[in-house]
Amino acid sequence: MKYTLNVNGQSRMVDVAPDTPLLWVLRDTLELTGTKYGCGVGQCGACTIHLNGVPARACMTPVSTVGRVKVTTIEGLAENGKLHPLQQAWTELDVAQCGYCQPGQLMTAAALLKDNPKPTDADIDGAMAGNICRCATYTRIRQGIKRAAAISAGVKEAAQ
Amino acid sequence: MSTLTPSPSAVDRRDFLKLTGLAGGGLALAFFFRSGGEARGADAATSGEFKPNAFVRIAPSGAVTIVSKQPEMGQGVKTSLPMIIAEQMEIPWQGITIEQGDFDEKLYGGQSAGGSRSTPNNYDTFHLLGATVRTMLVQAAAQTWGVPIAECRAENATVIHTSGKKLTYGQLTAKASTLPVPAKEQVTLKPAKDYKLLGKRIAQIDTPKIVTGQPLFGIDVKLPGMLHAVFEKCPAFGGKVVSANLDFVKTLPGVKDAFVLEGNGKVKELCPGVAIVADSTWAAFSARRQLKVTWDEGSVAAQSWDGYVAEARAKASQPGQRVLRKDGDVDAALAASAKTVSAEYLYPFISHANLEPQNTTAHWKDGVMEIWSPTQIPSIGTGMVNRVLGIAPEKIKLHLNRAGGGFGRRIGADYLIEAAAIAMKVPAPVKLTWSREDDLRHDQYRPGGLHFLKAGLDSAGRVTAWKNHFFTFGEGGSPGSGGSLSPDEFPGRWIPNYLAEQSMFDTGWPMGPWRAPGSCVFAWVFHSFIDELAHAAGRDPLEMRLELLGTRDEMPAGSGGGGKGKQNAGYNVARMRNILKFTAEKSGWGKKKFPKGSGAGIAFHFSHSGYFAQVAEVTVSKDGQLRVDRFVTGGDIGEQIVNLSGAENQVEGSVIDGLGVLMTQELNVERGRVVQSNFHDYPLIRITDAPLKIETHFLSTKYPTTGLGEPALPPVAPAICNAIFAATGKRVRQMPLSRVDLRWS
Repeated sequence: MKYTLNVNGQSRMVDVAPDTPLLWVLRDTLELTGTKYGCGVGQCGACTIHLNGVPARACMTPVSTVGRVKVTTIEGLAENGKLHPLQQAWTELDVAQCGYCQPGQLMTAAALLKDNPKPTDADIDGAMAGNICRCATYTRIRQGIKRAAAISAGVKEAAQ
Repeated sequence: MSTLTPSPSAVDRRDFLKLTGLAGGGLALAFFFRSGGEARGADAATSGEFKPNAFVRIAPSGAVTIVSKQPEMGQGVKTSLPMIIAEQMEIPWQGITIEQGDFDEKLYGGQSAGGSRSTPNNYDTFHLLGATVRTMLVQAAAQTWGVPIAECRAENATVIHTSGKKLTYGQLTAKASTLPVPAKEQVTLKPAKDYKLLGKRIAQIDTPKIVTGQPLFGIDVKLPGMLHAVFEKCPAFGGKVVSANLDFVKTLPGVKDAFVLEGNGKVKELCPGVAIVADSTWAAFSARRQLKVTWDEGSVAAQSWDGYVAEARAKASQPGQRVLRKDGDVDAALAASAKTVSAEYLYPFISHANLEPQNTTAHWKDGVMEIWSPTQIPSIGTGMVNRVLGIAPEKIKLHLNRAGGGFGRRIGADYLIEAAAIAMKVPAPVKLTWSREDDLRHDQYRPGGLHFLKAGLDSAGRVTAWKNHFFTFGEGGSPGSGGSLSPDEFPGRWIPNYLAEQSMFDTGWPMGPWRAPGSCVFAWVFHSFIDELAHAAGRDPLEMRLELLGTRDEMPAGSGGGGKGKQNAGYNVARMRNILKFTAEKSGWGKKKFPKGSGAGIAFHFSHSGYFAQVAEVTVSKDGQLRVDRFVTGGDIGEQIVNLSGAENQVEGSVIDGLGVLMTQELNVERGRVVQSNFHDYPLIRITDAPLKIETHFLSTKYPTTGLGEPALPPVAPAICNAIFAATGKRVRQMPLSRVDLRWS
């Protein structure tokens, strides 16, 4: 079946089986491999993307259900060539170990910060509980989200 | 700058092999030192690069490239080891390009990443390597200016003369390319006091790619015309294919081929199974759901975990199959002791559960097997391809991809040989991707075990006797990796009347090294039991441990009777005492008053050349929920922390990994197969259970620098369990905690 998807602001035509999870369309067909396969059953969060800005599991999203919804992947998190504050914070604090889960962590965290620009530890734990980090970088993920919140606040202040 | 372009004819074929034998590291590494010209890149000669060895290239523009030879799996070596070279070269970190080297041990020396050995195996060598390059650049400048070398110094990728004259490294490439490589006696290492990089916090070099989702991992490999494969193995370990509905599977959408591989009869090499090759990962996954295989499960299907546990309990009081260590007369000492304590400790099999499922891409073309794989010890994979598939070593090319987690799993190369075996039947490059279910059900597991312990205390509360009947799991007649209890394992050698016996269940279950093999479980058992003894004696757990360690500074390996092996090196007791006291002080041990439900626990362990002590502070709610409030680690891994950020990250990860294993991880094996299948029934720790506060302190000592992937993990679980006891009076003698009732009132 042919589908026209809106991925990272671009219109992309794909020809795949209707039950193909968006994860594999992104990875195999569109060659956007930043979205990761970890479990295939929505348990680990490595495949987290945004559908109209809301975090979703690409492994649990059949391509036939996507329609004209805006798909944002980790490759589209930086806007206009400028890293998202979370990406800056992750770099500053050297959050990653193996790094495999981090695209999913970043996508979930980006949605959190959009809703809640100054999250507490409890807010962070609640929002990030669906994302497994096998290397267990959780303390740095907490710090990274807070640092990103501070970067965003600074940027806003500077703009005013 | 045409004058800087070397004449290829002047420098061609001036390669020579140089052997540097280094004390300290104990290894000799052959460097293929090159004087420019002859290069791997065809245009290198004309581009005027200075290539003094296989690891470093400097372009006339000044751009520096360092090749990282070690497999990277999140332990940070692709950043930390090049930092050593950069430090000695005297170049700024910003702007360096680091390339992942392919597998080529003739060119690079050993490329094994396991056992926390990447740092100690390469530390001295890389210092010398970087300093050698710097020396050549200084010589090049001195010759250019016609001044004595002693009047020149290197700083910030520039050579500076006492007069103030300067030449950048880029400007010196042509001249340096004509110089012979100096002997190591002519090379002066930069002293630690002048370090600008080592010991600093440096973000991993791959961070920009990680945070923007660029292709990086084995599973991200994409080649023109590449096909996708899955490989179905028997759920019961080592079972054989009797028949499969291949003709039907071949008709399914996207499927290019389906075939049976017979395997080579070894459960950790090429298992029998059915390969499905398709034009996309999903087509292969989908077709697999319609694959029907009849298996010959073999005798392994009679083996179950619960059965072995029951058998161990029934045989616990009988003599073991083997005496591992016997010192003094343990039965007499137990009979004479003022107090005895007995306990059974049990831990299950667990999985590595790398978040990146196992995968490898292989292309069989014109008699050459080209492989892309996230692997920890590449020589194991290429050796297996050579041995099992009969491909000559020089016909195997292996590219190393970043691995999404290692933890010892990717020392095994079963997934690599599977991909290569499939590729031999496919006229295109093919990527094998394991499902999560494959990964959990066909891991090379950390073996479970049981310990039946009895110890005696004298009237002064000293440990006088220690007896252990250890039940372990083997494969092929020997204990699985991490299932061997060394006769030297602490507190063996420290207690005058000591008996360690072993009984083994020989299974067909695949086992392999899991982060700090052996140590990761023995530290939990023995430091929990030592804690029981301290409380039985009414003594402070720290004070009791210090007394147990005693006053001698060295405990030599292998002393004592009965033991067969000498698996551990000598134990530097002074280092352990120091790090234990240091950590206790950092944690404020003994100074805090905890309310009921909260408490602190302590443990220590020596493994992988690292001395570690840890203090946990926990709270257990009345309904039995555990929270780690604070976790303090003290570590002595020698003189120099290479990358402080990476080092702290390894410790923080070890702490949370150790906690996660303790809390929830267990695999049940029934009828020769793993029951669990994915993260819903094999839960990994999540952010909600991560400690609120993790503090990491390193103590620099005058010993060689060693590795950090493993040694911080072993004391984690006992420190936490000992804190749980302090908080609740409940002694944890079984992993995981999800099976233990921690409620209190």
